[in-house]
Amino acid sequence: MVAEFNPQLEKSRLSERIEWILSTAKQHGADACEVAASSHLGLDVQARMGHVEKLELNRDQSVSVTVFSGQSRGSATTTDFSDAALLRSIDAAMAMARVTAPDPAAVLATPAQMIQSVPDLSLDHPWSLTPDQALELAISAEAAGLAVDPRLTNSEGASVSSTRGVAVHGTSEGLLVSQASSVHGMSCVLIAEDGESRERNYAYTHDRHPTNLMRAEDIGVEAARKTLERLHARKCQTGEVPVLFAADVASGLLGHLFSAIGGNALYRKASYLLDRLGTQVMPEWVSIFEDPRLLGAIGSSAYDGDGLPTHRQAFIEQGQLVRYVLSLYSAKRLGMETTHNAGGVRNIRFGGDASWDALVRQMDRGLIVTDLMGQGVNLVTGDYSRGASGFWVEGGEIQYPVQEVTVAGHLDQLFKHHLVAVGADIDTRKSLASGSMLFDRMMVAGESA
Amino acid sequence: MHSPIATLNESVLAPGGLDLDRLQGLVGRLSVGSVDYGDLFFERAEAESWSLEDGEVKDASFHQDTGVGVRAVAGDRQGFAYSSEVSESRIRDAIDAAVRIQKDSGETTTVALQPKVSPCLYQPMNPILEQASQQKIEYLKTLDAAARAADPRISEVQASLTISYREILVAATDGTLAADVRPLVRLSLTVLAQANGRRERGSSGLGGRYDLATLLTPAHIAQLVDQAVAQALVNLEAIDAPAGEFPVVLGSGWPGVLLHEAVGHGLEGDFNRKGSSFYSGKIGTRVAAPGVTVVDDGTLVDRRGSLNVDDEGVQSQRNVLIEDGLLVGYMQDKMNARLMGVPPTGNGRRESYAHLPMPRMTNTFMEAGTAHRDDMIRSVKKGVLAVNFGGGQVDITSGQFVFAASEAYLIEDGQVTAPIKGATLIGHGPKVMQAISMIGADVALDTGIGVCGKNGQSVPVGVGQPSLKIDRLTVGGTA
Repeated sequence: MVAEFNPQLEKSRLSERIEWILSTAKQHGADACEVAASSHLGLDVQARMGHVEKLELNRDQSVSVTVFSGQSRGSATTTDFSDAALLRSIDAAMAMARVTAPDPAAVLATPAQMIQSVPDLSLDHPWSLTPDQALELAISAEAAGLAVDPRLTNSEGASVSSTRGVAVHGTSEGLLVSQASSVHGMSCVLIAEDGESRERNYAYTHDRHPTNLMRAEDIGVEAARKTLERLHARKCQTGEVPVLFAADVASGLLGHLFSAIGGNALYRKASYLLDRLGTQVMPEWVSIFEDPRLLGAIGSSAYDGDGLPTHRQAFIEQGQLVRYVLSLYSAKRLGMETTHNAGGVRNIRFGGDASWDALVRQMDRGLIVTDLMGQGVNLVTGDYSRGASGFWVEGGEIQYPVQEVTVAGHLDQLFKHHLVAVGADIDTRKSLASGSMLFDRMMVAGESA
Repeated sequence: MHSPIATLNESVLAPGGLDLDRLQGLVGRLSVGSVDYGDLFFERAEAESWSLEDGEVKDASFHQDTGVGVRAVAGDRQGFAYSSEVSESRIRDAIDAAVRIQKDSGETTTVALQPKVSPCLYQPMNPILEQASQQKIEYLKTLDAAARAADPRISEVQASLTISYREILVAATDGTLAADVRPLVRLSLTVLAQANGRRERGSSGLGGRYDLATLLTPAHIAQLVDQAVAQALVNLEAIDAPAGEFPVVLGSGWPGVLLHEAVGHGLEGDFNRKGSSFYSGKIGTRVAAPGVTVVDDGTLVDRRGSLNVDDEGVQSQRNVLIEDGLLVGYMQDKMNARLMGVPPTGNGRRESYAHLPMPRMTNTFMEAGTAHRDDMIRSVKKGVLAVNFGGGQVDITSGQFVFAASEAYLIEDGQVTAPIKGATLIGHGPKVMQAISMIGADVALDTGIGVCGKNGQSVPVGVGQPSLKIDRLTVGGTA
């Protein structure tokens, strides 16, 4: 039923509303105006213990309007596209723009800066899936998982989702662009029990194209394997040891570095990488690019949140920080040029040659981290301390599952001095993706000796 | 003054061409086949926010959202659809989509809606309309000036004021017709202190379900500035936190995020009905040290986590979860309560009409003991005093949880010595609750800043506790 979503029709509907808002805002005294509107249709089905648990039909739309009065601005968002509600949004935003202080950094893209034509990046692929078919897939994922081992006694369910949407962006300076996209996915959460030990874990797949999804049964089996591996997890000893972040969590770690070179953190002086452009932030063997126009990739977009064209560019070259992540606004705040990154970086793929097994052997003795908990990341100072679970490794072999420990260090030190290898196993489900990362030393807190 | 039902009738139902008769007809249409419960959830929400940076309010935004969520429940199965347009035809479409959760067609039944009079724990007013924009801006600028004046090392100040207003109405196949009008206001302050090449952040916030006149006071400026500035300056001097297992003394108030993670989520009815929580099947057993009593109470006047009725129209109440260390109750919504054969507890909450309700916490806290914090500190040879925290997280199946300290100190030989850098504390919920050896008399609730996330849905909550001594907890430092 989600396949019935008509991006062309939705695009014209949203574009018409945007044009109406732009002209009405002008009539109501706005000197300039920016509007972003989107609409989505989604199906979300969950099965648990062999039968349907949830069937959700999601139809969402929203519009956000920013109006300028001179250099002052106000904004409003709503899900109601009626003239009356949009008028109320425009008036509320105008009332705010009349009282807020001028912000010379808040500018709209000029026609010369705007993307001229939007290439098709192959981001929208329908999945002709009925609720009943979605349910069958979810049930088969869970069943395949539960069948793996009798210790898998329970489940939090398996789900299948399919969403299509379109986003349109327009400004009073003449921008009017749109992109349609889809995301389909499956996931499964299982629970294993053995004596006093009770653990859960999950597996998921998602992609813009339904044919690129993992098979439902394979999701269930992967969830089963990951859950069983957690049984009888215990603390390891406190101490400084090598730590190997599996690709999934390594991507998050790399994300902290990218947040710290993001314009918003920098102009607020809330980054441990302030004033570090042109200096060493990673080892010399590291270069990291974004590739925002990869066909069909989860992070792809032809233009950024300001309506500027995206392009392939480097952030780290031979370990040096060569570029911040800037939008029109944050660039202006910093007295720099935009890097066409309003909305962040897209399709970072950081990987090396090493296989997972080679990384584990290289670590020899230490902690593999597969999951992280909590928010213990301070981007102002770079101090890092998070809850972790994973596996203890001795002699290059996994010994036992570990949980209820923390891993701590300093992000700048870790990336600059302690990153020794990165795996080839890039987790391409994410827009900001890394292979597994091996650090030669981090503090692990667990049992006291 | 209008009753909440009359308010919603005027603001949402009437503009959508609905009256109570039609509403009754629609609820009847939902009561079909093997559907054993269904509800229509109408909502009108508005929010306004003002942000200050560099001494000026340059950024302001307004949000409005109206819609209706339609849910059909059959056994443990839920069908759900929603619409941001409130009209009879859209609701009929949503009902048809939601009842697809079950295959029986059968006759629809008539439902007689019984209007419910709800309590009044907070004023049914819209704080957005209360003051002129200029007053809100001036207040934030006064706050900024006070923070900068507090210490020359304060180099950056960010402040924000968020004002939200929500009207909800529930019409259900069990005859429930209830409404609630919910104001919610919040102030936040973040400062950056700089000295000797170091930069550190401090933050504070406060709010609740009350009006702007109560929020925007000189006393609150002093309170916010004192807390944020002190935290930033203390952190400028902080040394590396220790790594390993130590006795930990927790301050009162917001450190109650411990209970929210170590106990609260694990006692939500959905996880226990499915048997996926570490606390499943443990009613009547010891899950915390003697003297530990934990309560979830949605009836506290003006509190951020309070509700007159929950999002299923059930009156909120005071629910004892743990009494003197023994597990005595779970938090329930209607569906999980019915499946477990217990009454609902007023904990059915949803982020909006576009989300399904679940059992959620309201204000969760531990009751007072008799100990004094100074005695707790004196009893520690080497350990940590943690008085402020960021957020936390829990794995409700294994019981493992974390919470991250943002202001903490070393305790050496019974004395508080150096401040230490923020560190994550990690433990196993029931084990940590049994390692509580001293409970303070100084019980306090947080200042009204909590946001709880579960399955992608955020709701405002409160937490609280007295000072506590935990004999052993893993501290995730680097030293």
